[in-house]
Amino acid sequence: MNATQIVFWFLSALALVSALMVLLSKNPVHSVLWLITVFFAISGHYILLNAQFLAIVNLIVYAGAIMVLFLFVIMLMNLNKQTEPQKNAWLKMAGAISGGCLLMILISLVKQANEITTKTARMKDGDIGLIGNLGKALFHDYVVPFEISSVLFLSAMVGAVVIGKKD
Amino acid sequence: MPIQYYIILSLALFCIGIVGVLTRRNAIIIFMCIELMLNAVNLLLVAFSKMHYAAAAVANKAATEGTEGQLFVFFIMVVAAAEVSVGLAIIVMMYRNIHSVDVSFLNRLKN
Repeated sequence: MNATQIVFWFLSALALVSALMVLLSKNPVHSVLWLITVFFAISGHYILLNAQFLAIVNLIVYAGAIMVLFLFVIMLMNLNKQTEPQKNAWLKMAGAISGGCLLMILISLVKQANEITTKTARMKDGDIGLIGNLGKALFHDYVVPFEISSVLFLSAMVGAVVIGKKD
Repeated sequence: MPIQYYIILSLALFCIGIVGVLTRRNAIIIFMCIELMLNAVNLLLVAFSKMHYAAAAVANKAATEGTEGQLFVFFIMVVAAAEVSVGLAIIVMMYRNIHSVDVSFLNRLKN
């Protein structure tokens, strides 16, 4: 077992445990903090796959901006353990069983697929994830989607302000 | 690493997100579980892009196969950021009207 595999298993275990803790935490603030841990673990996976640009963008956009927005909203509403609405135990169990069944079916499908058993993801090297290559592709072939996404951001900003203002 | 490990990891994260949407009633937690599912898909896209790169890099050292997968992840992040800003605005408005973030109070569209 070399260093890459050790890091892979550590990050996978961290991501799964933190994702479970997002669900199991009663306090919404703790859920947000566990979700930030998941995002850090996924960024670690990106670095392991040498997708450096996405690793940094994931940290800045998700862990930095989006999660701070969630924390602001939760603290603004003063949500805590006491005000947390709970479903009854039967509905929780039904949800867990149906999600588990979906996971089992999908994993059995992946196990049966013969084409992918020999495929591997290239770790640590390869420069397609570096910002030079991605920037060239983004501004040559994907200029129009890039500009459209800026219009999307503008409309989202206007929409958030219109929805959020007191009428 | 074999691509199967990445597929199974992403599936597990995705199903944890689905269970969260099904079992929680707090609208913000449901929203966070949707973010979790988006991230599972992102991880899978990056793993597949490196898989295609690994297949192409055997023949050609300077191969750029798989760039599209990583650009898709970038665009998913863009859309997720826009979605979160609008969604949280809607949740704040809902909290202002019914003083709760419990989604079971929203089972009717009128009143």
